[in-house]
Amino acid sequence: MGTIVLEPKRKSLLDRLPVSSHIRQSVGVQRTMLLIGVVLCGVFVLAAVFAPLLAPYGYSQISDVDGSFPAQAEPGGKHLLGTTVGGYDVLSRVVWGSQTALAVIVAAVLMSIFLGVFLGLVSGYFGGWLDRVLVVIADAIYAFPTLLVAIVMSIAINKGQSGFWGGILACGFAITAVFVPQYFRVIRAETIRLKAEPFVESAQVVGASSARIIGRHIFANATRTLPLIFTLNASEAILTLAGLGFLGFGIEPSSAAEWGFDLNKAMSDASSGIWWTGVFPGLAIVLTVVGLTLVGESINDLNDPRLRGRKAAGKGGPGSTSGAQAAIAAEVRGS
Amino acid sequence: MATLIDAPPPTVAAPKSKSAGGGLGRYILIRFLLIFPTIFILVTLVFFLMRITGDPITAAQGGRLPQEQIDALVHQAGYDRNLFIQYIEYLGNIATGNFGRTISDGRPVVEMLIKFGAATLELSINAVVVALLVGIPLGMFAAHKRDKVSDAFLRMFAILCYATPVFFAGLLLKLTFSVGLGWFPVAGRASTTTELAMGRLAAPTGIYWLDALRSGDLSAFGDIVHHAVLPAVALGLLTAGVFLRLVRTNVIGTLGKDYVEAGRSRGVSEYRLVTKHAYKPALIPIITVMGLQIALLLGGAVLTETTFEWKGLGYQLAQYLTARDFVAVQGIVMLLAVIVAVTNFVVDIAAALIDPRVRY
Repeated sequence: MGTIVLEPKRKSLLDRLPVSSHIRQSVGVQRTMLLIGVVLCGVFVLAAVFAPLLAPYGYSQISDVDGSFPAQAEPGGKHLLGTTVGGYDVLSRVVWGSQTALAVIVAAVLMSIFLGVFLGLVSGYFGGWLDRVLVVIADAIYAFPTLLVAIVMSIAINKGQSGFWGGILACGFAITAVFVPQYFRVIRAETIRLKAEPFVESAQVVGASSARIIGRHIFANATRTLPLIFTLNASEAILTLAGLGFLGFGIEPSSAAEWGFDLNKAMSDASSGIWWTGVFPGLAIVLTVVGLTLVGESINDLNDPRLRGRKAAGKGGPGSTSGAQAAIAAEVRGS
Repeated sequence: MATLIDAPPPTVAAPKSKSAGGGLGRYILIRFLLIFPTIFILVTLVFFLMRITGDPITAAQGGRLPQEQIDALVHQAGYDRNLFIQYIEYLGNIATGNFGRTISDGRPVVEMLIKFGAATLELSINAVVVALLVGIPLGMFAAHKRDKVSDAFLRMFAILCYATPVFFAGLLLKLTFSVGLGWFPVAGRASTTTELAMGRLAAPTGIYWLDALRSGDLSAFGDIVHHAVLPAVALGLLTAGVFLRLVRTNVIGTLGKDYVEAGRSRGVSEYRLVTKHAYKPALIPIITVMGLQIALLLGGAVLTETTFEWKGLGYQLAQYLTARDFVAVQGIVMLLAVIVAVTNFVVDIAAALIDPRVRY
């Protein structure tokens, strides 16, 4: 990271990028936590992108030229992290699992940002009965256990079996159903706040159409906080995906490697003292979520050094972005 | 003209009373009425989503019976009728308190909910106790040691609590304390003899440790506690992290207040300042978030119950979902929706009673 910070020519661009500008701002413990988070996220993304090169075997491979893999082999030798009861190589499945997780996060977060931002802007700007109905629906889903919403959605879409992309999309949609209300609430609140700002009023007076005001003036301002929500939500997406897989409502094991599913299979191994089938996929989940959370938290804390709560943020006035961001973070984490 | 003049006053009067505070009664009434759309929306969503997933007869018999026979059975059960008619019928049944019988094992839904709901309630109570015991003292300590090394460690601990899925925590606990050290049983709510003894009790609450205490059966009580420790810790740690951060943030907030400084200048000990002066006012937001945690807790309960074969609502829900048992799933979701909606209502009212500014 040091080389990037020291490059003087690209300073202006780096200052605008969310994470790198935060690293420059941070000091001491905070910087350590942020850097750990960035490194963990980096490892996760690299593992996902280069899974075909990094993994020694395929995710559903149970034999090679020397014959079948041994079942439940201890870590070491040919299989660094051992093998499962079905003869899968644990290391390979952990590495491939990062690819599945990344694909689901990207699919889920993109879909929910698109839907949530759109609904939030429209609902917040126009108000009226549409707003009220959407708020009640969003609140109902928001209050409900996220995992249950995801389970019901996933069996509704998935109906049991599906291939890699089908499974990714089904999980993505299931998680989208959970996240749309969150984005909706945040963007709607921001839109309502911005609607009272002078620049929106002047645009209205000049005669700009509603679509233009929403699309140009409000959208650009209301979505500044999205990177923060993204990091907070990405970690939840991984946990939801793992929960779905663990309960058997996720992706089929033959079409992709999925950490939650592997943990489910490992539960029965645990009673006979076989630890490696569960511990490694579990650690992969924990490290990825810790990485994403550390990045999200640090950005949040740096934007809001005094750790203002939801109520105190209101005193910051409409002009204070950090106050709004703290309120948004509190809102998102409240789930 | 006269009607035009007469009409405005009520519309002007209504916002006036609202802006003047509107009164607690009005606020409670509005919040109470909001419970119903919440439940209605969730029940409706689940009704239609479950219908998309297929029907229980195909799920149970698919591949085993020829398609014509399955179609005949589906027709007999009425699952091929117009969805909207089925929906109206379902709403009518709910309104009259008829929740039906589960399709896969033929129990009355209400009886099923009571039986397994008690198990889930027991698990949740145990978990909340663990969460409070761990989260509140550590949160106060972290606030006291703000920005020191121990604070950083505790924050990492809180993040780890959040980042560890319940089932992974359960797996680690099992590997360490059941398989490795042999201190606790691997799964279940109680050993078989205790389960049988609990089944024989007259008028049981269904919460095992309460029943065991009431009947004075101390060995059964010991057995139940023995079984309860690992699931409670696995689920409790998930919420403990949230409590820790919440207490820390709020105590830091109140520690900066003038009255705390005044207490300090009067020579009140630092320990007392944190645990009494700063902690008490910090409780209000904590109560609110505790209410919101009920959803997290219920979601976590599904995973914990599956991990530890704890036969509660979550465990059953996974079974019923696989069997596409509409009736049972709708019953469970309805109960969860009621719990979530009522908890949110109670929390909002409690917050409004404590702090009048909350009423908006």
